[in-house]
Amino acid sequence: MNRDTHRYFKFDWITIIIFLLLVGFGWLNILSASHSGETLDYFNLSEPFGKQLMFIFLTFGLIILILSIDAKFYERFSSVIYLISMLSLVGLFVFGKNVNGATSWYAIGGMTIQPSEFAKTATALAVAKYISDLNTDITKFKDQIQSFIIFCIPALLVLLQNDAGSTIVYAAFFFVLYREGLPKIYLTIGIATVILAVCALKLGVVYTSIIAAVLIFGNYFFTKKKPTIFKPLLILIACIVLSSGIGFFYQHVLQPHQQDRISLWLRLEQDPAKLERMKKTFAYNLNESEKAISSGGLTGKGFLEGTRTTGKFVPEQHTDYIFSTVGEEWGFLGSAAVVILFVLLLIRILHLAELQKSQFSRAYGYAVAAIIFMHFMINIGMVMGLIPTIGIPLPLFSYGGSGLWGFTILIFIFIKLDSNRINEW
Amino acid sequence: MRKILLFASITIVGLIFIFRLFYLQVYTAQNHNLFEDNAIKKVYDYPKRGFVYDRNGELLVANQPSYDVMFIPREVKPLDTLEFCSLLKIDKNRFKDIYQKAYHYSPWLPSVFIAHLSKEDYAVLQEKMRKFEGFYIQKRSLRLYQTTIGANVLGDLGEVNNAIIKEHPYYKMGDLIGKQGVEASYEDILRGKKGVKFIQKDRFNRDIGPYKDGVYDTLPEPGKDITISIDSKLQEFGELLMKHKRGGIIAIEPSSGEILAMVSAPSYNPNLLVGRNRSKNYTKMHYDTISKPLYDRSLLAQYPPGSPFKVLNALVGLQEGVVTTDDKFSCRMGYYYNGRRLTGCHSHPSPLSMNDGIAQSCNSYFCNVYRRIIEKYDDPAKGMNVWSNHIKSFGLGNYLGYDLKIGSKGYIPDGAFYDKWYGKGRWSSTYNISNAIGQGEVLATPIQLANMVAAIGNRGYFYTPHIIKNIEGDTIDENYTTPKYTTIDKENFEPVVQGMFDVYNKGTATYLRVPGIDICGKTGTAENYTKIDGVKTQLTDHSIFVAFAPKDNPKIAIAVFVENGYWGSRFAGKIASLMIEKYIKGHITRTDLEDWILSHSLEDEYAKPYSGKPFKINGETTLQVIPIDKSIKSKISNLSD
Repeated sequence: MNRDTHRYFKFDWITIIIFLLLVGFGWLNILSASHSGETLDYFNLSEPFGKQLMFIFLTFGLIILILSIDAKFYERFSSVIYLISMLSLVGLFVFGKNVNGATSWYAIGGMTIQPSEFAKTATALAVAKYISDLNTDITKFKDQIQSFIIFCIPALLVLLQNDAGSTIVYAAFFFVLYREGLPKIYLTIGIATVILAVCALKLGVVYTSIIAAVLIFGNYFFTKKKPTIFKPLLILIACIVLSSGIGFFYQHVLQPHQQDRISLWLRLEQDPAKLERMKKTFAYNLNESEKAISSGGLTGKGFLEGTRTTGKFVPEQHTDYIFSTVGEEWGFLGSAAVVILFVLLLIRILHLAELQKSQFSRAYGYAVAAIIFMHFMINIGMVMGLIPTIGIPLPLFSYGGSGLWGFTILIFIFIKLDSNRINEW
Repeated sequence: MRKILLFASITIVGLIFIFRLFYLQVYTAQNHNLFEDNAIKKVYDYPKRGFVYDRNGELLVANQPSYDVMFIPREVKPLDTLEFCSLLKIDKNRFKDIYQKAYHYSPWLPSVFIAHLSKEDYAVLQEKMRKFEGFYIQKRSLRLYQTTIGANVLGDLGEVNNAIIKEHPYYKMGDLIGKQGVEASYEDILRGKKGVKFIQKDRFNRDIGPYKDGVYDTLPEPGKDITISIDSKLQEFGELLMKHKRGGIIAIEPSSGEILAMVSAPSYNPNLLVGRNRSKNYTKMHYDTISKPLYDRSLLAQYPPGSPFKVLNALVGLQEGVVTTDDKFSCRMGYYYNGRRLTGCHSHPSPLSMNDGIAQSCNSYFCNVYRRIIEKYDDPAKGMNVWSNHIKSFGLGNYLGYDLKIGSKGYIPDGAFYDKWYGKGRWSSTYNISNAIGQGEVLATPIQLANMVAAIGNRGYFYTPHIIKNIEGDTIDENYTTPKYTTIDKENFEPVVQGMFDVYNKGTATYLRVPGIDICGKTGTAENYTKIDGVKTQLTDHSIFVAFAPKDNPKIAIAVFVENGYWGSRFAGKIASLMIEKYIKGHITRTDLEDWILSHSLEDEYAKPYSGKPFKINGETTLQVIPIDKSIKSKISNLSD
């Protein structure tokens, strides 16, 4: 009984406060981006801001539910949760509702639910569970492949539902596996692939190969204890194959709209007609969003005062482009504060994860931080034109019940696990 | 290392985002300007442009409504161009042309498609306007001239160009601005201030209500009415007299510097430069390089002033003490130096004192006076500078500073000019003796000469000539109400004024006398040249006359230039006498002079240099007589009080 009375003092209130700040500030911006100017009825359920307010209220019930379930439940039932979640993704192929080209929603009554938002939590639990299993040794190739399979299944399922943005998020699990002992070679290959991809697309396969050859052999000749010549040669061949593969992938596998996003980002497109077409579609969003952000200046135009927000110049502003509202109405000070809040939240979660005594909790904490980080990086990077346009929401900020609940569950399971660490001997 | 990777990634991404935000929002961002925000539509409300009245309160310039078809190129949707073009009475190529030009200027900003629709065209178009997305009609106000005279005085409005918009952001594409005359001089007062409404738009360019409930909206401030110093009856009389002649008339009220009439001939009807035909008419007149109707001869044309300039030399001579009124100089049909005749003269009694020297306009007399002025000092350059400063104190040789935008400096040489021309110390007064009689290097505009006569009439001071008389609820520039003094003492004027009075009594203008008015005047004749196929060719002399009246407390000072009119009293003198009588009496008793002016034309004279044939000038020519135009005669009789 004594244990119960002190229970909520053990919850990490710093994380909870940052969570509440982000959700609250997010709602103000959804209000700005979606209200239509006349008298405001905050509970108007036909408007996004009203719906979101309802989602936020329901979230509190969800939080209480998550925190009152025993911590051991999540570890013990992680496989079942994962299985149910995967089935819900598969079920979409049969019962799914198509919205904006992606078949990611179940329509139940007047509501729609996006199971992929919950699948991330389920996958995080499953991966943490697999890694913390005493029989798992992540340095072994077989176990590496098995752990990859766990997060590649949902990644593949959402990709097949035309939600490429969510697929990329699953790359977050490499951070988790690396923390838990995945060999460095994967990191090296990962970074090398990104660099090769950019070089191959920007400079072409031939120049990329030449640069790679110069670097690899240069490094070989300056190494004192020379290994056999085969190793650098093999690496070079791998590089050439990889960059050709990327070229092929870009040309023949990616869909035209995906190619466009990358070509605009890397400034590859020379055809003026095509550029004009881009300007009318996704580049229009990007341009309007950058304009809205920069028009905010140092202090912003003030809450509900953004002319571009009020004029709804940025499409999808209350969902994926919500950060442009922050930029316009709250200026540099407000948007930098949001970035800092996210960074603080992530660092806090990482810090707590490192304090965990059980490997399951630690791996799960890492997964939480890595997933939110991927969303944060891709979403804000996209809104400011730093990375290609990839449509995923800004956690806790963007409009959407499934997203809000998905992230709430993700974070609060970790808060629950963390509150329990004292009892885990 | 394994613990650091995600932590480091988060921190680096966070920092990159903050730098990017700083770059976007602080480093590259300009202040939020409502006028540049394309999320805000600006709707302008044009105020009434101020009216222009003449000195007697007669309305000269008012306004009329006009409708401009405006468009925003990016918002234009595919339309039935054939119908649209036929409604606007243009062809399809013109449509494309206007569209592309405007798109090039800015796809997002409004441009004028067709300006100044007539009321009838507007009525037809308005009904179908909603079919043409991206186009709208802007109501503006155009000038309505209540008169057919004074085009050079009143000026006109034209559309602003990109250079003006860049310099004065107040103006937007399609706005009108004063281009010439008082419209240009008093643009800021006449135009008022347009009001603006800020309308919030959404990305489909639909209006979604006033921006911030209209707190930044402003109401238009109407332009102020102005009264100009022109006497429209005198102006019209002057323009009618100048029919079939070229040149300028300037009449000034000496006691105030107000310009009573400012005639440039040939002129045009100011209504030609209003509305849709403006550019067509303007271009036509602009390319008329022979009669140059757009060229304001009264302000811009620089002529050698001729004999009227002599009176200034008499004044300078008296002021410098080199001559008395009684000093007599002989004349043997010209001025001789070392046996060489430097300048000719006409037949008159000899020797002459100052009074007769002026009245008879004796060249020899003034050559003597001029030499004494220059030779008073050891160095001719110094004498020249003293002379030059006296002359310039009458407002010659530089811009007068009146309130119209155009003008010429004229020219009064000084010592440095001849030092440069001949070399220092290598010249004397005889080198430039022509300056004594207003030829040589001196040049003046009609308004400068009128101002000079006004200063003589005032016995030593003048007010900077100006066209403004009164601004509604405002005062006029102090510069125009402060007297400017010449370097000549008051007492030196009396003998010169008497001499000018005697020009009418016993001199070169005796037959121009007007009963009941004491006129002081001076005839002038100026040689002039043109180039025909690169050969310098002399043309018939210009006829010049300056005068003021009455002799004491003059009410009017006038300068008249008639190009190629031969001697001073032949054309210019008659016109000056008529103008003075008209202004002072309100009607004409010397109808003989009036009929003579109306029945003699100089058109033949002006055609000569362009005929390609050899021609005669001056005394060898005969005057072209034309029947008196009945309509002109009746217009003149309507002007009588």
